[in-house]
Amino acid sequence: MPKDHGIGAAPKRREDLRFLTGTGNYTDDINLAGQAYVYFLRADVAHAKINGMNMDAAAAMPGVVRIFTGADFEGVGGLPCGWQIHSKDGSPMHEPPHPVIAQGKIRYVGEIVAAIVADSLEQARDAAEAIELDLEELPAVVDMKAALADGSALVHDEVPNNRVYDWGFVEENAAATDEAIKNAAHVTTLELVNNRLVANPMEPRVAIGDYTRHNDESTLYTTSQNPHVIRLLMGAFVLGIPEHKLRVIAPDVGGGFGTKIFHYAEEAFVTFASKQINRAIKWTSSRSEAFISDAQGRDHVTKIELALDADNNFTAVRTHTLANMGAYLSTFSTSVPTYLHGTLMAGNYKTPLVYINVEAVFTNTVPVDAYRGAGRPEATYQLERVIDKAARELGVDPIELRRQNFITEFPYATPVALEYDTGDYDATMTKLEEIADLSGFAARRAESEKNGKLRGLGVNCYIEACGIAPSNVAGALGARAGLYESATVRVNATGGVVVMTGAHSHGQGHETSFPQVISEMIGIDESQVEIVHGDTGRGAMGMGTYGSRSIAVGGAAMVRATEKIINKAKKIAAHLLEASDSDIELKDGTFSVAGTDKSIAWGDVCLTAYVPHNYPLEDLEPGLEETAFYDPANFTFPSGAYACEVEVDPDTGEVSVQRFAAADDFGNIINPMIVDGQVHGGIAQGIGQALRENTVYDENGQLLSASYMDYAMPRADDVPFYEVDHSCQTPCTHNPLGVKGCGEAGAIGSPPAVVNAVIDALQSGGHDVTHIDMPVSPSRVWAAMNG
Amino acid sequence: MFNSAIGKDFDYREEFMTQVSMTVNGQAASGDVEGRTLLSTFLRETLGLTGAHVGCDTSQCGACVVHVDGKAVKSCTMLAQEAAGATVDTIEGQANADGSLNVIQQAFQDHHGLQCGFCTPGMVMSAAALLKENPKPTEAEVRHYLEGNLCRCTGYHNIVKAIMAASGQDAEAIAAE
Repeated sequence: MPKDHGIGAAPKRREDLRFLTGTGNYTDDINLAGQAYVYFLRADVAHAKINGMNMDAAAAMPGVVRIFTGADFEGVGGLPCGWQIHSKDGSPMHEPPHPVIAQGKIRYVGEIVAAIVADSLEQARDAAEAIELDLEELPAVVDMKAALADGSALVHDEVPNNRVYDWGFVEENAAATDEAIKNAAHVTTLELVNNRLVANPMEPRVAIGDYTRHNDESTLYTTSQNPHVIRLLMGAFVLGIPEHKLRVIAPDVGGGFGTKIFHYAEEAFVTFASKQINRAIKWTSSRSEAFISDAQGRDHVTKIELALDADNNFTAVRTHTLANMGAYLSTFSTSVPTYLHGTLMAGNYKTPLVYINVEAVFTNTVPVDAYRGAGRPEATYQLERVIDKAARELGVDPIELRRQNFITEFPYATPVALEYDTGDYDATMTKLEEIADLSGFAARRAESEKNGKLRGLGVNCYIEACGIAPSNVAGALGARAGLYESATVRVNATGGVVVMTGAHSHGQGHETSFPQVISEMIGIDESQVEIVHGDTGRGAMGMGTYGSRSIAVGGAAMVRATEKIINKAKKIAAHLLEASDSDIELKDGTFSVAGTDKSIAWGDVCLTAYVPHNYPLEDLEPGLEETAFYDPANFTFPSGAYACEVEVDPDTGEVSVQRFAAADDFGNIINPMIVDGQVHGGIAQGIGQALRENTVYDENGQLLSASYMDYAMPRADDVPFYEVDHSCQTPCTHNPLGVKGCGEAGAIGSPPAVVNAVIDALQSGGHDVTHIDMPVSPSRVWAAMNG
Repeated sequence: MFNSAIGKDFDYREEFMTQVSMTVNGQAASGDVEGRTLLSTFLRETLGLTGAHVGCDTSQCGACVVHVDGKAVKSCTMLAQEAAGATVDTIEGQANADGSLNVIQQAFQDHHGLQCGFCTPGMVMSAAALLKENPKPTEAEVRHYLEGNLCRCTGYHNIVKAIMAASGQDAEAIAAE
């Protein structure tokens, strides 16, 4: 019998009521009295010196309030990078300034050159056309290999060879890994591209700056996954506004997928300029602007080598990756190809030696940062593709080759710094074989072939690391932020509970799932619990939502604060029941004295906390509100096995996904309905990456795929129904809920399954194709089949 | 306060603005618009009906879908003046008279057919138009009909299920096939 409330139940989402009736409160729905509008004049060339700007005509246009340029931001801080990486030789990464508005030089198409503030958006846009720019175009740096070559044009004059860093991990493994590869019975090598993606949350970014002179306070309304982080970064590092004078509000946010983590120039601009003109300023991104200003994702070029002994045991993995940073270092850009990627290169396997080398490169393109999965999809894709290729070369079953090399004992210390606490990779693979009906594949292939189609099956595993932690270890590795989460649990006098969490929901359903945990712990109805998030004025501190961390870190903080509440409430109950607090039990919203029939309701205890007439005032403060900061002892490690079946049309090269199955181990589950939905969405993004999406620049740095006409987002008829299962559960051992996180798994685990399936289909048709880079478009498949 | 040229040199409103009237969610609505004002802007900015969302500028995403004289229309692709005199229905007018969710809205909640909610108003309005044309669509027909509505959160699985369920079909059985 499924539960009807609490942990493991699947109540319908309460936030749906406003979203389904058009009464959500997204940032663009907010309009402030007297607000002005800003239109950003963005660079339409990728690389140029700005020799001059003539704004006289524009400034005189109707409605124009003021035009800002880079000169207005001299003396204002640049946008900070949140993770410092050190190169193999010990030197710190190159970290050139990242100005809010271009200063003297343009470095990518889309960079802000001027900001026109006017009474209406149309007026601002009209005025932008009257600005005359005197530009001296420079050769654009687009291709990473060319960027690294001696003599290449430089994106930043102070960064030789455009190389941000040259990172080796783990350096102590380098020589032994080389030796193992030299002595291997078999080495499989694969060169591949992890295609650049645009995150494309359906809600474009919006920022509204609102300075109020009477109290000298600035408020920023923004489409952010982590408003407290924006407050800290923008306040402390960019604008010099103390946190008590700065409030950041991220109301309903229409999807994030990573790209709404980062602190963006537009946020700093509206906050800064609102004070300058003493008037609220609103910016709403168009989709066209989003394509050239939202931080993009992936864009790795990798060579991976997998060494095996004569018994097909993996003995070593060695990789070299070029990682595109774009033109500037976005907030967490530097961590993605390093600590979020290299540390995952052991995968689900007991490979004793792993060595990763990553060179990060500046190019004249939009900055690149975390996108759903962030580093872990890149790791999974390489590893699971090379294993498939090895199985083919050795003539062994790809599932059996994986099984043979699975890690089976936990905790397990990988050769790349992580310690996996729990997992059961064999169990998820067995579950996958069942839900994907792998035994029926041969019949389905025969049926496809009868219809003139090639059918392929691709299987892979994944492991990911969620909830980056602990803070002190991350700090030692270069992180410039804490990685805890906070929660304040306020119990009102009549027993209702308000939770102020630093986690942020932009589709994940926290307003529904977080109350399930409180309901489980206290025994009150979920309707008595309200979740407050997305406002630095209401919750003290928070690190936000990314890296599948909300329930594992934010939920854990909420549990800790609730435990403090329960402990205090038990003391009050003990006083009222004239018993020892160690004898008090809380169940179904009632405190009772163990072994007696004496009891008191939750609500009566809460009221007593605020009306403390009969109350131990000497020992206990009145009130019932507690805060907890939870800093995890380790990452969590969700894992699983995915299977994809495709049909390839041999005449056109078109690939169609026929079946997709995912068996995940997320540890304990709070709301299975929400978890299913998270996996579905991730799979669609993975299928999108594998088959359709690509971010294409020409040799001049012009973005060719800059609209939904050109960037192929997955649509409803590009994907099938998915078969998902999360009944394999090995709970996390170090957080109080035993949860692991589920937000990114689908996007991490699915691309290799799709590409493995396409290769399998082509091989079944007699085509000797061992690899096709993503997106596996009809033209690429057709070219591969036809030599 | 407004450092603006409006009103100094010419009357901007008189020059460019005209009044449009239409029936929105059963009620008379009117406002001043420029010739270039889009229906989506009129609904969102002038009438304060912010349910229809603008997710792109190439008429691809469908977050702004409303019904104009009973037909599903991308309100970012129609001028407000083109809708003069028309009957416009938006997501705000879809609930039952007692405020409860209508059959399609309820199916979206029951089947978790939305996550961030941004594409949802357009999805619901497109679904309503589909079911009016085709009361018992197949899975393939639903997927094909939604080609003009992008969702980045759900992978479409639960949206398709919700629409099938709203049409009275057994969505669980269809998804499990």
